[in-house]
Amino acid sequence: MSTDWTVRAITRAMLPVLLALTLVEVGSGLVLGQFEAQLLQYPTLLALVPVTIGTAGNLGSILAARLSTSFHLGTLSFDPTDEHLAGNAVATLALAVSIFPIVGIGAWGLTALFGGVQLAPGTVVAIALTSGIALAVLAVAVTVSVAYVAYRFSLDPDDVVIPVVTNTCDVLGVVVLFGTVQALL
Amino acid sequence: MTVREVARDAYREALPALAASLVGGLIAGVVLSGMRAELRAVPGLLVLVPALLATRGNVYGSLGARISTALHQGLVEPRVRSGNERLRAAVAAALANGLLVSSFAAVAVFAILSVLGDSVAPLPVLVATAILSGLFSGVVLAGVVVTAVFAGYRRGRDPDTLVGPLVTTTGDLFGMLFLLVAVRLVLLVGGVI
Repeated sequence: MSTDWTVRAITRAMLPVLLALTLVEVGSGLVLGQFEAQLLQYPTLLALVPVTIGTAGNLGSILAARLSTSFHLGTLSFDPTDEHLAGNAVATLALAVSIFPIVGIGAWGLTALFGGVQLAPGTVVAIALTSGIALAVLAVAVTVSVAYVAYRFSLDPDDVVIPVVTNTCDVLGVVVLFGTVQALL
Repeated sequence: MTVREVARDAYREALPALAASLVGGLIAGVVLSGMRAELRAVPGLLVLVPALLATRGNVYGSLGARISTALHQGLVEPRVRSGNERLRAAVAAALANGLLVSSFAAVAVFAILSVLGDSVAPLPVLVATAILSGLFSGVVLAGVVVTAVFAGYRRGRDPDTLVGPLVTTTGDLFGMLFLLVAVRLVLLVGGVI
């Protein structure tokens, strides 16, 4: 890393990216604002927000980190039959299917514990799992596209892919949760 | 390797990190759902939440990555007490960037909601909440990241694999907790004046 370790140099390197990512996140906040009334009415849905955003971002960043490592090691090719690409995509989907039901049960159980549950546990788990599967598919699509673009423009995948994918998945987390709630509730 | 083997490896490697951040995210969610009164009292606060949480992750994730790279290169000693100048500059930069970006997010939310004609709390309330929560959570997160990366490194663990899950877990948790503290403080002071 060539950045000097002074406050000014670190800030100059980081601040533009941080400000741009913040505007993207404000976009996802505006989507949250669109269903604020529903979220305030059902505390369980509100409890789902940070964990859905976080898990979506993590699925994307783990996949991005693994793909960029395979890519550096030269074991990755952008071919749908490539076993690293397919295997990591399958794992992302499997992780979503195992994690999101726990997200739903956890959000329901914890809000039940602290009062104010109006939704059936089945509904909450269905919302969490449906969002999770949709998010896994989107995370794979976004990560592979961003990694491909980075590869075509010979950018270091570690610098570009992980922050872009993590913040895009954050936004998709809110959008997908919004869509699922409108469809299932 | 077959597709099945790659998938099994990837699954096993990712599950613990995902499970850890799941706990942080769920507790953050409970805090958020307990904040309904504050969310109603400060319109626009909910719109600000994703930006504030992401800023914690981006700023302190990058601080952790920077310190762990420096440890690998021998630029920083894994001791807090050694008072390394580089370490102090990195922490100060993270705090300054976190505060700048948090206030920027508050101003952006206020401007966009005003233009859209939505109801939004006064600008000073949003900015004060963003700055206070950025300051409180920043101090705690910088401490957690530096201590954990140093401790991990001294025990022979690769700090690179610690930083990601640690920051996503504690970032959501402390980010949301201190957002609640900050908005209560701001409402308290605002109510008194």
